[in-house]
Amino acid sequence: MATAFADDPAARQARPADDSSPEAVVVRFAGDSGDGMQLTGGQFTLSTALAGNDLATFPDFPAEIRAPQGTLFGVSAFQINFGSTDIETAGDAPDVLVAMNPAALATNVDALKPGGLIIADSGEFTRRNLDKAKYAASPLDDGSLAKWQVMAFDIGALTLESVKPFGLGNKEALRCKNMWTLGLALWMFDRDRAPLIAWLKAKFAKNPVLADANVAALNAGHAYGETAELAGPLKQYHIAPVDSAPGLYRTVTGAEAVSLGLVAGAQLAGLPMFFGGYPITPASAILHHLVRLKEYGITTFQAEDEIAAICAAIGASYAGQLGVTSSSGPGIALKGEAMGLAIMTELPLVIVNSQRGGPSTGLPTKTEQSDLYQAIYGRNGDAPLPVVAARSPADAFECAIEACRIATQFMTPVMLLTDGYIANAAEPWKVPDVSTFKPFPVCFLEEKNGGDGELLPFARDEKLARPWIKPGTPGLMHRIGGIEKNPGTGNIDYSPTAHQTMTDLRKAKIDGVARSTPPQEVTLGETSGKLAVVGWGSTFGPIHQAVRRMRRKGFDVSHIHVRHIWPLPENLGALLKSYENILVPEMNTGQFKTVLRDQFLVDAKPLTKTSGQPFTIAEIEAAIGAFFDRIPGNEGGEVDADTTQLPSIKAVNP
Amino acid sequence: MNDMTPIARTTTLKDWETDQEVRWCPGCGDYAILKAVQRTLPELGADPANTVFVSGIGCSSRFPYYVESYGFHTIHGRAPAFATGIKLANPQLDVWLVTGDGDGMSIGGNHTMHLLRRNLDCQILLFNNEIYGLTKGQASPTSRVGTTSPSTPMGSVDRPASPCAFALGSGARFVARGFDVSKNLPEVLKAAYYHKGAAFIEIFQNCIVYNKDVFDDFAAPKGADGRQLWLRDGEPMLFGSEKSGGTRGIALDAEKLTLKVVEVIDGDWQAAGVIVHDVKNRSVAHMLVELPFGPFPMALGVIYDDPRPTFEAAVHEQNAQASAGKTANLAALLAKGQTWTVGGTAQDPI
Repeated sequence: MATAFADDPAARQARPADDSSPEAVVVRFAGDSGDGMQLTGGQFTLSTALAGNDLATFPDFPAEIRAPQGTLFGVSAFQINFGSTDIETAGDAPDVLVAMNPAALATNVDALKPGGLIIADSGEFTRRNLDKAKYAASPLDDGSLAKWQVMAFDIGALTLESVKPFGLGNKEALRCKNMWTLGLALWMFDRDRAPLIAWLKAKFAKNPVLADANVAALNAGHAYGETAELAGPLKQYHIAPVDSAPGLYRTVTGAEAVSLGLVAGAQLAGLPMFFGGYPITPASAILHHLVRLKEYGITTFQAEDEIAAICAAIGASYAGQLGVTSSSGPGIALKGEAMGLAIMTELPLVIVNSQRGGPSTGLPTKTEQSDLYQAIYGRNGDAPLPVVAARSPADAFECAIEACRIATQFMTPVMLLTDGYIANAAEPWKVPDVSTFKPFPVCFLEEKNGGDGELLPFARDEKLARPWIKPGTPGLMHRIGGIEKNPGTGNIDYSPTAHQTMTDLRKAKIDGVARSTPPQEVTLGETSGKLAVVGWGSTFGPIHQAVRRMRRKGFDVSHIHVRHIWPLPENLGALLKSYENILVPEMNTGQFKTVLRDQFLVDAKPLTKTSGQPFTIAEIEAAIGAFFDRIPGNEGGEVDADTTQLPSIKAVNP
Repeated sequence: MNDMTPIARTTTLKDWETDQEVRWCPGCGDYAILKAVQRTLPELGADPANTVFVSGIGCSSRFPYYVESYGFHTIHGRAPAFATGIKLANPQLDVWLVTGDGDGMSIGGNHTMHLLRRNLDCQILLFNNEIYGLTKGQASPTSRVGTTSPSTPMGSVDRPASPCAFALGSGARFVARGFDVSKNLPEVLKAAYYHKGAAFIEIFQNCIVYNKDVFDDFAAPKGADGRQLWLRDGEPMLFGSEKSGGTRGIALDAEKLTLKVVEVIDGDWQAAGVIVHDVKNRSVAHMLVELPFGPFPMALGVIYDDPRPTFEAAVHEQNAQASAGKTANLAALLAKGQTWTVGGTAQDPI
């Protein structure tokens, strides 16, 4: 998020709002997966950020790369929530829907707020396309859209007209439709076109005609809004810039933030980084980012499978680099045995898990938080490893650094949890000041460390971490492996005392990580009271907004958001026990709730949602309300799939 | 092709022995291979501090514990992936990979294939005993059809894989064969070491408990010269002697495009059409690894040796190319792209 949360929400609320301008607007772009909606959304996001608004986005696309044109399941959508206040979610219901064809309208219109604006490309409302979207009659004509405001014009024809001078073929010319639409959106929200024009010129540098055509379409869309004498709802909004902390800002997606955090973490540790990956949605973006950063001492390796990716990373760590691997649920499952080896040999390693809906292949492009058990417990044997969870795209940067710190300081694999939502979503990010980062340089053992000239690869420092010994170091030859070992020499030792001692040491070392992490803070509210809403990961936005709104209404509710999932912060148990009730909203069937119950014997109530959609603020508000409604027994429970949210139910299951 | 500058010996066999008690069964072929390696390493001028033995799981994979160098005993089948990470992280290290027929051809077959096609510079010693020893004797992917074992009491029905043919098919640039007690094994190990790139050696190894003497048909000393074809670059492919039924050789059957065995009369191998071994001839290598034992002798020694640029060299070259002229400025990287400033402490966008 762009600003700190410590400031008083009431004061922020009291700021007078311009009557004609809303504080925040939610726009959803929807079209065929070939229409370039993600690109349109991405560029609108950028111009929104440049205008100084806070924002959150939700890109949603089908698992199919190019679904058949015009079909309900081929609809790709991009939602952005932006405004002059802090934005923490992609918004519950859109104010504006841009529908590039009947299928996009059909799958998304129910989500639109009553009275909201539909901008539709009437040129696409042909009989054929209406049939594909299962409309008997055109909704633009039959009055079925009466509760919304509709602006329909033939975007295709207008685009063709605007790019006529460039002599493109019909197909190529129509590809500029998304830029025309973007131009109109930029006019509506009073956005500067210049950065977009610069971006188009750079993108099509090798084909200036295409660049000029796209710029012309963009300008034409903008001019259409500006000059066309349009009766009705099309009007210009000005969204004032958000009241952000001063500094330099950029937009960042979770995948970018993780990549940058890993680069920073490796630098702070003073190590080259080795990244082993295998293509998997939604984690591949991290490999794609890092492969372009070789000058930062990064070697990337696209392995033959998930197992080889982690094993190569462990091999690199063994040889003295910072090994990193990344995947999503199914790939993480494959890596489990190798994680056990990294735990057993006590080598540093960062494992990034961009969670998606499971089990098995599950929902490859949708979000879920259901790998928490897998992260904490998912290995054979007593195999503890630290788990850190990012709450937003920007937060993923700090979390990645934290994972690198723990891995190298404690000689352990660390899992960093993000999810499909965090990985793909963008938000403004205040570029951090590098000079404020605290380095955590590693040192390698150079000489024998035993009393009488003996080498003890499994001797321990005050943190219980063993020394890191690089092959190639003269005189320190030794053998390590996955077999139980002698607590000092590391030689094979199956003896009862060796296994008991080593099991205890491995556990104590990871438990001790909690001493190096900050105590749990209350994100919003009091340190005791009637209700604490406890979250982790990407549920941050909706929980925070819901708690803020309920507090404004006078309810005694606080928000606690946990970054260090394992080991848990040392003060968390006492903190939780100071509240009468605990509610844990999660996009799974209640995994963190169970961990909290197990660790602290507290009566944590679950609020679960497993529809592949993030929570809406309203859903969490309602769940908070249940603790104050004096109706016993209705606290917590399961939230149903939301028909108005992305991903659209109709698009997924026409 | 290979660097043949004289080697300065800095170690002796003793320097390569660890203080750990060797735990293989008495009489296991692994002892002989261990000794052959420990005897060869000083002759190569290898430095224990710069040598890493990486292994998977199985009897063979205990090997690193007994060699006084760096050693990483990893997980089942994945040693090639660990070796890849090690070598990419530090290309200066001498990496030896020790695996078996179960570890390298079954659970780890995929990794073996990719390491070979990428051509990572390392020596791969695949101990082939045609059985799962450490799990008490189940049939392995190289067991012959009909092998009776606890998991195949009526005899195995699946056809065996050929490690050397697999290696060539995967794109290996060095393929060799030896067997545990062979006096020629050090010579093969040396050739593998001198080959820059992935060097694959199948070493037939006698599991005296679960698959005893399964290689005796060609490895037994008596009459061995008639059943072993030791290949040497530039020398005719001859085997046998007067004692073992006459000198014979391998010739090309041009009509069938296969190899055939020919009699050599009075030592005139040329007249018999015996071909001269050329380690760079990939077509002949394919035929040699597929020769059925029985009608043909067992092809041993360096079958194929034709180096190509290595994986780690290519990766590092690309890393260097991509980094040329660039500085690793973290602050600049974080502030990359389109930025905007808020408030009075504006910084210039980078």
